[in-house]
Amino acid sequence: MRLIRLMAVAVILAVALAATPASAADTIKVGAILAVTGPASFLGAPEAKTLEMMVEDINKKGGILGKKIELIVKDSGASPEKALSFAKQLIEEEKVLAIIGPSTSGETMKIKNVAEEGKTILLSCAAAEVIVNPVAKYVFKTPQKDSYAVIKIFEQMKKMKLSKVGVLSSNTGFGKAGKEQIEKLAPEYGMQIVANEVYDKAATDLTAEVTKVKASGAQAILNWSIEPAQSIVIKNARQIGFKGTIFQSHGFGNIKYVEAAGPAAEGVIFPAGRLLVADVLPRNNPQKALLMKYKKDYELKCHGEECSTFGGHAYDAMLILTKAIEKARSTDKEAVRTAIENLKGVVGTAGIFNFSPQDHNGLDMTSFEMLTVKKGKFVPLGK
Amino acid sequence: MNIDLFFQYIVAGLTYGTIYAVVAIGFNIIYNATGIINFAQGEFVMLGGMTAVTLHQILPLPLAILAAVIITMAVGALIEILFIRWLDRPSVLRMVIITIGISILIREASLHIWGEGVRALPYFTGSSETSIRLGGVFVSPQVLWVVGISAVMVILLNVFFTYTLPGRQMRACSANRDAARLCGINAKNMVTLSFVLSAGIGALGGSIVSPITYVQYDSGTQLAIKGFTVAILGGLGNSAAAVGAGMILGVLESFSIAVLPAAYKDVISIAILLLILFVRPSGIFGSSEAARLSEF
Repeated sequence: MRLIRLMAVAVILAVALAATPASAADTIKVGAILAVTGPASFLGAPEAKTLEMMVEDINKKGGILGKKIELIVKDSGASPEKALSFAKQLIEEEKVLAIIGPSTSGETMKIKNVAEEGKTILLSCAAAEVIVNPVAKYVFKTPQKDSYAVIKIFEQMKKMKLSKVGVLSSNTGFGKAGKEQIEKLAPEYGMQIVANEVYDKAATDLTAEVTKVKASGAQAILNWSIEPAQSIVIKNARQIGFKGTIFQSHGFGNIKYVEAAGPAAEGVIFPAGRLLVADVLPRNNPQKALLMKYKKDYELKCHGEECSTFGGHAYDAMLILTKAIEKARSTDKEAVRTAIENLKGVVGTAGIFNFSPQDHNGLDMTSFEMLTVKKGKFVPLGK
Repeated sequence: MNIDLFFQYIVAGLTYGTIYAVVAIGFNIIYNATGIINFAQGEFVMLGGMTAVTLHQILPLPLAILAAVIITMAVGALIEILFIRWLDRPSVLRMVIITIGISILIREASLHIWGEGVRALPYFTGSSETSIRLGGVFVSPQVLWVVGISAVMVILLNVFFTYTLPGRQMRACSANRDAARLCGINAKNMVTLSFVLSAGIGALGGSIVSPITYVQYDSGTQLAIKGFTVAILGGLGNSAAAVGAGMILGVLESFSIAVLPAAYKDVISIAILLLILFVRPSGIFGSSEAARLSEF
């Protein structure tokens, strides 16, 4: 009796094992580690929706090289530890061709080595420059570098004759990386950092922090975070009567942050990709057509929810991956990786990507536009 | 530090403190009736805020908050009846695990109902940038609303526990459950009532602080940690002491920012919690005599 049972199990196992490779050969497995829930859900949720939308669209059109894409989304909740175990799972068990994400810089840095050792392409949707500097062979990223964002902001401050800056940042990978860039670049642009505060990513009230910044005599506040806390900073700063200009990082590119901050968000200045102002771009802008299409598709899929630059980063990651697969005419990891390094002039939501073996981001300074908030909407600054 | 700045920190501290105190009071009510800590208290706060925001789309603000409080009270009653009422003299550890389980259940259910987005009620008066100037100090009107409503709540609770029959019955149950039952008090109903009451207070608190702190499916956990610290600091079961302890913690956190990097703010509260648990488990306002007699 026991022998029969054992044999039955063996047969089932054999069938199961034989069945898996057959189905896997027909599809291209792409993993995604995104912060769909948790403190960075403003990033991860639109990213996941964007990827689902794109994969559905690609598969409906017959896939790439005749193969359908199989998307495996893992919700990390912005926890680097979870991202790490998902990365191992995707690489070792699912044997994916590439991983899109993670959403945040801290998570990406945690899994950078895992992707490198597992020889699996990683297309990060996070901003910190350290992700691609120094260059790792298999690691790419689609958002603009944070150093470009800092330079753009400092140039704008110079134009407005502001030199005393109060810096606030959250205790996340993104906040930390931004803070380092700010400290590094400030002397070069003649900026004096008069206050430099780090707050917890789950902070619910920052009155005491902004009070300290105001007392330091700052002419402007520069806040660097991706959490709802960036709305709280603006609110609290205005409530305690801070009259200076408030600058935010490119992490502010989701209209929900503006809604959360209400009228206090008026006049906030931040650098961002052109997606947020796609409607008002001149007709001859090379990105216009793509941006309008993504915006329309996303808002249709998500029942009118406005698209954000973060969803755009996932869009770019999937776009680059599909272009590279087409270019390589293969789904071999090594061939696709080389193809990405040789992609030039790919029009994405964040800008125009020109990759090279030395540059795994492919974007330059022109990919940023300075935006501001006017009557609860994003508009290009000075227009 | 000039005098205006000093008071600005005080105001910030009182704001934090009131929010913590509201959560701590919820802990205390259930502790008084049952001798246990309800680790789902933070979730009641979140649930109240979320429900109020949703209802505000169709109802005017005061009605939306009222309805949210009633709905959360019903959830509190339901939870007690489903998970706790039928247990016969459960151990403290068992109750801790049950309430932690309930908190996870509520959190995950909220994630499915409302998604991961951050919500908030509008400011009751003015907007996110309005502030009242008192000398050189700026105060958001919402802070005054929170402090005012919380003060009224504490007074009403005291009246309820001192002068009304159900309030006194609840106190009798907490003093000695067996003796209370011998006097004809239905102890099981009193436990249900304590869940209803603390759910209602949590929900009201969640609604009034939501313009300041925002509310998200997982914001209950953070609040529960701070509320728990304050409840312990004040002495478990004592609501007036919780208010005092909340203010102390809030002001300490606020001033810690003036001298330390802001990231150390939460270290202060956790350090205080540990210190109190080691040195004076009865809390700064509690009597060590009473603490020795209690089960928890």
